[in-house]
Amino acid sequence: MAEAEILRLEGVRKSYNVGTEVETEVLHGIDLALAAAEFSALIGPSGSGKSTLLHIIGLLERPTGGRVAIRGEAVDGLDEAALTELRGRTLGFVFQFHYLLPGFSALENVMMPCLIDRGRYDAAMRGRAEWLLGRVGLAGARDKRPSQLSGGMQQRVAIARALAMNPALVLADEPTGNLDTRSADEIFALLRDFHREEGTAFLVVTHDPRLAERCDRRIELVDGRIRPA
Amino acid sequence: MPFEWLLALRFLREGRMQTLLIMAGTTAGVAVIIFITALVNGLQASLASRTLSTQAHIVVRSPDEVPSPVLDRFAQSVASHVEPRVQRLRSIDQWERVFRELPAIPGVVAASPMASGSGFASRGDATRSIAIIGVEPALYIRIVDVPGRLVAGGFRIGPGEAVIGTELARDLGAAVGDRIRVVSTEGRNDVFQVTGIFDLGVKDLNRRWVIVPLRSAQSLLELPGGVTNIDLAVADVMLAEEVAGRIAASTGLTAESWMAVNTQLLTAFRNQTMTTRTIRVFLVLIVALGIASVLVVSVVQKQKEIGILRAIGTSPRRIMGVFLIQGGIVGGVGAMLGSALATGMVWAASRVMLQDDGAPLVPAAIPADYYLGAAAVAVVAGVLAAVAPARRAAMLDPVEAIRYG
Repeated sequence: MAEAEILRLEGVRKSYNVGTEVETEVLHGIDLALAAAEFSALIGPSGSGKSTLLHIIGLLERPTGGRVAIRGEAVDGLDEAALTELRGRTLGFVFQFHYLLPGFSALENVMMPCLIDRGRYDAAMRGRAEWLLGRVGLAGARDKRPSQLSGGMQQRVAIARALAMNPALVLADEPTGNLDTRSADEIFALLRDFHREEGTAFLVVTHDPRLAERCDRRIELVDGRIRPA
Repeated sequence: MPFEWLLALRFLREGRMQTLLIMAGTTAGVAVIIFITALVNGLQASLASRTLSTQAHIVVRSPDEVPSPVLDRFAQSVASHVEPRVQRLRSIDQWERVFRELPAIPGVVAASPMASGSGFASRGDATRSIAIIGVEPALYIRIVDVPGRLVAGGFRIGPGEAVIGTELARDLGAAVGDRIRVVSTEGRNDVFQVTGIFDLGVKDLNRRWVIVPLRSAQSLLELPGGVTNIDLAVADVMLAEEVAGRIAASTGLTAESWMAVNTQLLTAFRNQTMTTRTIRVFLVLIVALGIASVLVVSVVQKQKEIGILRAIGTSPRRIMGVFLIQGGIVGGVGAMLGSALATGMVWAASRVMLQDDGAPLVPAAIPADYYLGAAAVAVVAGVLAAVAPARRAAMLDPVEAIRYG
């Protein structure tokens, strides 16, 4: 199954305030592999290091020790620019607080990752963005600004944006954290739909045991260590 | 539109009030820079043209005669006191040759030989001390526009004819058609009929100048066939000093530019120019600081957005580009609006600020290079002002920006 592996962490450690008296290690040697088209939940109590782990997987933070490989290629030696490019092309992000760009319409927000990658708008990215917006049920809201949309709608735009570049893996940090139960269910259903239809792998950080139950795999983090399944 | 430009424009548009204010500030700064430059250059040009309307841009004459001290074998002067030599009135050596060569020197546009010296003019009981100015009228009008300054008669000086200034005419009670007697300090005398009366705008010249044919002056001053100086006009009056230097070097004669003659005027010009330059530098500095401070605030406000842009694949370098472009746009738009404003201000000034004769003190049109210069300075200042905020934005840690943003 090596060729179907998207991500591998080996002995990943992360410490903050390195070299000071308050140096704290939050991740103590994480070994983890994510397969292509896997739908996993990352669960654990607050302060267990979930967000830190997600940021390391998302190439937003570098570990203090251990190895990170994307599709079998180690990323440790890459510089910031190469890491940024790899992140833009391989990974998609959905954050708890959607973080859409307020000055851009829903459609422009969805196109943003492609625009960053290609430098200019083109017909293909527009077509994909329109299709994605339709798929998340917001075809009619394409020209609306984020401030004109409800929280659930904003999160759907964020999901469409995460999928714009057709990434291998989407990382979702509490994607339903600030939504009511019904919206949360709808959002989660959307993620599952994309997983099924596009074969995208998902890693969803969640506090909600109900949602975790509905994932194919549960990775539980306790005190900076993965609890054996 | 490329990604960086699109983002820069949107960020500026979102800034609304901030963007409007800093663009207004930049506009005002650029307008004032162009305006004071046009104003001061206009003032200087009109002052210079006034001064130069009655004098040559460059006067070429024989070098001063210097005493040659007696030297001992160590080349040390043995005399305890060296008496300066008396400067005799004398002709430029082989002036015709020099006169033929001068127009070939770059920058020289006209040359006119002159024999001048002092003397007295009398009519009836009245006698006045005068300057005898012997010229070839056809050549001299290219140096000083005597015909344009006439208040009576014409600039017509055949043998035995002269034109004089208004003050002298009054002092001698002479009108066009009257005769005056001129005695040179060399003791020769001649009678001239007044054919024209001029007003050069300078009382001293109006009182002293008697313009006569070159030949008459040569005989009055005992300079048969000689001239005391050659007057020149140059293409760019502000380069007169350089042209004079070239002439002195190639002819070995003394060449004095109007700048050397009017040192106090030139000093005033230099001080004015320096003052303007200082004001300009500070204006640019203030505009740049304004742009920088607005962008610093913008970086803080946009922290979250910068974080998300970084997360979804924007490199630090491109984030930096977005903010540098914003600085450039603010500078560029400020330059355009400022140029328009300056055009209006200069136009208004050209209507309101007039000289005695009703001519505008400042030309109504601004030279194109002022606009280009101001635009270049504003854009460069904008981009430079954006460097610090842009670096700050580029160095933002996306995780921090997302977590706490």
